[in-house]
Amino acid sequence: MTIQVRFFASLRERMGRADAELEAGAANTVGEVWAAVAGGEAMPDNLLMAINQDYVQAHASVADGDEVAFFPPVTGG
Amino acid sequence: MPEVRLFPGRLDPYVELATYERDLISQHGAGQYGATTSFVGTMRDFNEGDEVTKMFLEHYPGMTEKVLEQLCAQAMADYPILDCLVLHRVGDILPNDPIVLVAAWSAHRGAAFDAARFLIEKLKTDAPFWKKESLAAGQRWVDKNTKG
Repeated sequence: MTIQVRFFASLRERMGRADAELEAGAANTVGEVWAAVAGGEAMPDNLLMAINQDYVQAHASVADGDEVAFFPPVTGG
Repeated sequence: MPEVRLFPGRLDPYVELATYERDLISQHGAGQYGATTSFVGTMRDFNEGDEVTKMFLEHYPGMTEKVLEQLCAQAMADYPILDCLVLHRVGDILPNDPIVLVAAWSAHRGAAFDAARFLIEKLKTDAPFWKKESLAAGQRWVDKNTKG
């Protein structure tokens, strides 16, 4: 089983991909997921993150089968 | 029951508002509210001093709807309103196109104004939408909301 990772908007373009996949166990928290998929890039201060489509902070725990998303500040409305 | 809907194509907020209000009356019976507030956000053809010719609105399918539904539930819990409605465009947008409609219905005007204001302000900070503008010089992501 794995953790599905998704990037949106300007972050997706900067990462050069919309998705990534991580072996469950390779990361315990959302911050560790970032470190594993971001290719050495530091986590931006204003980065937003979600687990299974709910906002979380970087210390939130991830589990097998979770969908983790990273994205920049939102600009709708 | 509040409704949330995303529009990949054209959104006519006034037609939607009238239709929703008719349904609201048939659902609750006549005379159940004394105030309706609505806010419509429309695309400008300028931002940060540049002319904008079109815009693309990206969203996070699933999470966007979920956040908007949570905001509506919060508005229903925090304000004495009968109902509320949030409609939002996604995809390609041109100047003058309506982007968003929020509406609230209540017995008196205060709650309807307050709930609509809450919905649009929280939508702008919490709902996963991102604008990418097309300018004469190319494209750029909007990195922050303008002050309301």
